[in-house]
Amino acid sequence: MTTTIKLPKGKNEKRKKKLYAQDIKDRAISIFIGLFALAWIFPIVWTLWSSLRPYSEIRAGGVFSPPQELGIFNYTEAISRMELPTYFANTAIITIPTVFLTLFLGSLVAFVVTRYSFKLNVALLLLFTAGNMLPPQLVFIPVFKLYLALGDLVGDRRFLYDNHWGVILIHVAFQMGFATFVLSSYMKTIPKEISESAMVDGASVFTHFFRVMLPLLRPPLASLAVLMTTWIYNDFFWALVLMSNDSKRPITSALGRLQGEFVTDYNLLAAGAMIAALPTLIVFFVMRKQFVGGLTLGATKG
Amino acid sequence: MSVETAAPSKKQVARRRRFFSRQDKITLGFFIGIPTFLHVMLVWFPAIGTILLSFTYWTGIRIEDITWAGFANYENIFFNTPIFWEALRVNTIWLAWFFFIATPLGVLLAYQIDREIRGHKFYQSAYFLPVVLSLAVTGIIWNFLLRPDGFVNGLLGLPISEAISFFGDDRYNIWVILIMASWRHIGYIMLLYLAGLKAIDSALREAATIDGATEWQTFRKIIFPAMKPVNIIVIVITIIESLRAFDMIYIIYGSSGGLPILGVLVFNNIAGEGASMKGAAYAVILFLLSIVPIISYLQQQFKEDVK
Repeated sequence: MTTTIKLPKGKNEKRKKKLYAQDIKDRAISIFIGLFALAWIFPIVWTLWSSLRPYSEIRAGGVFSPPQELGIFNYTEAISRMELPTYFANTAIITIPTVFLTLFLGSLVAFVVTRYSFKLNVALLLLFTAGNMLPPQLVFIPVFKLYLALGDLVGDRRFLYDNHWGVILIHVAFQMGFATFVLSSYMKTIPKEISESAMVDGASVFTHFFRVMLPLLRPPLASLAVLMTTWIYNDFFWALVLMSNDSKRPITSALGRLQGEFVTDYNLLAAGAMIAALPTLIVFFVMRKQFVGGLTLGATKG
Repeated sequence: MSVETAAPSKKQVARRRRFFSRQDKITLGFFIGIPTFLHVMLVWFPAIGTILLSFTYWTGIRIEDITWAGFANYENIFFNTPIFWEALRVNTIWLAWFFFIATPLGVLLAYQIDREIRGHKFYQSAYFLPVVLSLAVTGIIWNFLLRPDGFVNGLLGLPISEAISFFGDDRYNIWVILIMASWRHIGYIMLLYLAGLKAIDSALREAATIDGATEWQTFRKIIFPAMKPVNIIVIVITIIESLRAFDMIYIIYGSSGGLPILGVLVFNNIAGEGASMKGAAYAVILFLLSIVPIISYLQQQFKEDVK
C-alpha cells in the first residue's frame, strides 16, 4: 500500500480503477465458484433428502413429489436390516490395530534411519517408499497363497485368509511405507542435538526412542492417524479379496453387496450409505487440520 | 568435543558406535528388523513372485504343477484378448480427461481459493467433502441422481420406460463415470495444490503485481515454476489414479464388463473363479504402465538424500 502513496496523482487514479475492476472480477469469480460448490455438494444433499423419505412415495409420485412422510425411519430400518452394527464392529476391529501398528512400526524405522547412520539408510527408506506405490493387484496372488499355506501349516485355513488379521497385516505392510516416509522427513527437522544429548547422557536406544523421540512425534502421528483411519476405513480391495465370509467384511466392502440386495428399496440403501459415510465425515470436520496436515506432509499416497 | 567436531564424520560415527551396548544392538536390530521383514515378506516378495508367475501356467493349487510358459500369457493378452485393448482405450480416455480437465480445474480452484476470495473457507470444505467419502458411498450417491427413477431422469421429464440408462448406455457411461471420478479427484488436487501455494512467499506475487503483470502472467511465469515439486506430485497422482481406477467401477458394474477397465480386468483374472496366471501378467502390465510416474515420484522425494 505504501507504494500507492508515492505514485503521482494520475497514476493513482488509474490504479484505483484497476483495483475496482479487480474487485468486480473477484466477486464474479467468487459467485461462480460458489455456484459450482453448491453443485458439488448437491449429490450428497439429494441423497440425504431421499433417505428421509419412504421409497414407496417416490415410486408413486416420482422424485419431485412433495414429501408426505419425513423421518429417520429408513435409518432405524437400515441399522437393523442391514446388520450395520456388525459391519461397523468389523471395521473397528480392522482399522484400530492397523493404524496403531502402522504408526508404531513406521516410527521405529524412521527413527533408526534418521538417527543412526549406517550404510543402507537411504536404500531402506527407498525400499519402503517404493513398496507403498506398487499396485495392490501385483501383490495379491502370492499373498493369497502365502496366507493359505500358513493356514495349512498351523492347521487352520482361516488363520490369515478370511481373517481380520490377514487384512490388518497386509494393510500394515503397505501403509508402513507411507508412514515411514512421512515420519522420517519430519524427524529430519528435529535437531540432532536432542538425540546427541540423550546419547551422551547414556540413554539406551530403547529409552532414546520411547522417552525422547516418540513424544516429539505427536503432531505428525496425529495427522497420520487421521489420514490412515480414513484410508483403511475406505479400503475396498483388500477386504474384498481376502475375506470370503461376508459377515466378517468391514462396512465399506459390505456396501457393495448390500447395494445388490437392497436394490428394491433404494431409499433404505441411501440411509445405509449415509450412515457408512458418517464416521469419515465426522473425522474430517472435527480434525480437519490434522487431516489436511497429514495429506500435505507426505504430499501423496500411491 | 571441539576436537571431535573437527574430526571427519566417519571417525565420529565409529566412536559413537562403540557406545552401543549389546542390548542396544539387539534393540536396533528389532526396531529395523521386524518392520522390514513384514514389508518385504508381504510386499516385495509377492511382487517379485507375481512377476515370475506371469511367465508360467498354473492353476494355483499345487506348486509342482507350475510349468514354464515364456511370454505366452502376454501374447495371449496382446493378440487374443480384444477386451484388453478396449480397457486400455478407456483408461487412456480417463487419463486424458484427468490430465486436461480435472487436474487443471483442481489447480484453478486452488489458485482462486488461495487468493482468499469471499467464502473461500466454505468452498474449500465443499470441494474437499467428496474426497473423504469412500468410493462405495460415492457410487451409491451418484446412482441416486442417475437411476431410471432418479433426479436427472426426473429433471428431463422422462418416465421410467423411456429413462436414459446412464450406466448402461455406451454413449453416456464413460462420461458419467469420469464426472463421478472427477468429483473426488478435483478436490484432492485442489487441496494438495493449495498447501503448496500457501508455502509460496506472498512477496513474490505482490512484486509481480506491482510490476504490472496480469494474473495469468503471474501464475504462468512465477507461481507455476515455483511449484515444481507439487506439480510433479500432482501429475504422478493423476497418472496413477487413472491407471488404477477400480473401486468405483466395481461398485457400479460388479465383475461384469459393463465398462472395461484395466483394474477390473486384473481383478477378474487374479481373484475368484477366473483366476489364472494370465491375471499375473495383467498385474505386471498394470505395474509397468505406472513405473514411470513411480520413478519420477521417488526421484522428486529423494533428490536431497541421494546428494
